[in-house]
Amino acid sequence: MNSFGDLRELYQEVIFDHNRNPRNFHGMEAATHQADGHNPLCGDQLTVYARVIEGVVEEVSFIGHGCAISKASASLMTEAVKGKPLDEVESLFKDMHAMLTESHPDRDLGKLEVLSGVREFPARVKCATLAWHTLHNAITLARETAKTE
Amino acid sequence: MNAPAQGKETSAGVAAHAADFPILARPVHGRRLVYLDNGATTQKPQSVIDAEATFYAESNANIHRGVHWLSQHSTDLYDRGRERVRGFLNAARVEEIVFTRGTTEAINLVAASWGRQTLKAGDEILLSGMEHHSNIVPWQMVAEQTGALVKVIPVTDNGELDMAAFAELLSERTRFVGVCHVSNALGTINPVADIIRQAHAVGAVVLVDGAQAVAHKAVDVQTLGCDFYVFSGHKLYGPTGIGALYGRKALLDAMPPWQGGGDMIHTVSFERSTYAESPQKFEAGTPNIAGVIALDAAIAYVQEVGLDRIAAHEDALVRYATDALGQIPGLRFIGQARERAGIVSFVMDEIHPHDLGTILDMEGVAIRAGHHCAMPLMNRYGLPGTARASFALYNTREDVDALVAGLHKARRLFGMEQDA
Repeated sequence: MNSFGDLRELYQEVIFDHNRNPRNFHGMEAATHQADGHNPLCGDQLTVYARVIEGVVEEVSFIGHGCAISKASASLMTEAVKGKPLDEVESLFKDMHAMLTESHPDRDLGKLEVLSGVREFPARVKCATLAWHTLHNAITLARETAKTE
Repeated sequence: MNAPAQGKETSAGVAAHAADFPILARPVHGRRLVYLDNGATTQKPQSVIDAEATFYAESNANIHRGVHWLSQHSTDLYDRGRERVRGFLNAARVEEIVFTRGTTEAINLVAASWGRQTLKAGDEILLSGMEHHSNIVPWQMVAEQTGALVKVIPVTDNGELDMAAFAELLSERTRFVGVCHVSNALGTINPVADIIRQAHAVGAVVLVDGAQAVAHKAVDVQTLGCDFYVFSGHKLYGPTGIGALYGRKALLDAMPPWQGGGDMIHTVSFERSTYAESPQKFEAGTPNIAGVIALDAAIAYVQEVGLDRIAAHEDALVRYATDALGQIPGLRFIGQARERAGIVSFVMDEIHPHDLGTILDMEGVAIRAGHHCAMPLMNRYGLPGTARASFALYNTREDVDALVAGLHKARRLFGMEQDA
């Protein structure tokens, strides 16, 4: 029995795993899309890369530095979107945003649901959404750095 | 540290004043509030809260122009507040104290008024590498408008200014030097008297940012010899929305007005308006009257407790905290200047400051995590940010113990330590 209470809702074992060993944590030479993301509140910085072939995200990766929540969220994201078609990725983006800010999702988001605890820590929502905003911007070829303002 | 060593008695005496601060009795997440974010803002004693409320309940009226009693009384209270600030900084004249919204606005005033009027293309503005954004951005804006150049005084690895490099940077082209008295990110106390002397030798004007200094050490602007000195009320146990600019009379008299409107004028006609003398020249519109009155009460409070006693108490806490935190594995201090005031900044292996901040928050411990509005300084250290504990007169050793316990908890949560 641990004494961490609510913190365990936020810092679940999966988060620590993805923070210590982030998946797809590297640059990408042959990326077709990329974008930078920055959370000025706490200094999280990411670059998200994607290789999109015929409307499918064949490869996705990220580099950068930041808190455990931002890194784990980015890592989990890359696992979730790899191999998915773009409209599925956009749909996931909307569902993630809703889960992190409003309520439990209607559909099963699988491993991504470990981040649902972030809702109770409003100061950390932007850490969790940064990677998703950045990927969204990369895909829509937005010119400027994604900000989570 | 500067202040002479004081016994535990004095320290306990100062910390007993925690009882004067009502907010410290409220729990956070069901835990005792351990407020270690005083660099961001300080809590307010009941006397300051009462001063503001009492003003609105008994004295409120607009100042300067009224002929009725309430207006004259409010004007007296406001003028008394200005005199209080004059005495607090030991300025020679009350006309050298201009009220603003805070430090940031005061610096913008100097940049927009003195800076725009004085600086020419090729002139050099020297800013320290540890400045807060409020003493960087206004100068960048003025540099862009005038063609002046911003140059940076480097910061050493242990968080002090490189004075040899500073001497090298100074030249007949240097028109302005901007430096913080105490660094909000590192706690470093800069040798401002020395900096001012050297700057004056080349004919440059110096603005000292005292936001983090005035609550921690006595400031005498005449002894320092600075041209401008700025601070905020809310970091001095006073309200938000009020601060002050000290400026040497000769400089203020020569500066053009900043904001136009009522109170800063002598006469107005559509053909031509004439301006008031300093300080009124720089105080357009109805000021934050209640803010000045509450600031008066805050300075009175600090003077009653005794700034020297507060400084000694905080120095002892910083020493205690440095010892205790230094024993935590994987903790690295950022900024270990020989002269420091009330601030301890650190990072921990494998745990980002933001995660530390959240975990500590759940324990009722409030610290600041991030870049502290000093991004250039963070870049210099190659860090996204640090965790910062900043002390005030009401903090205690128990507060430091709670911080240490919270950091161990973070290490356990991250699997770096076994449960006790």
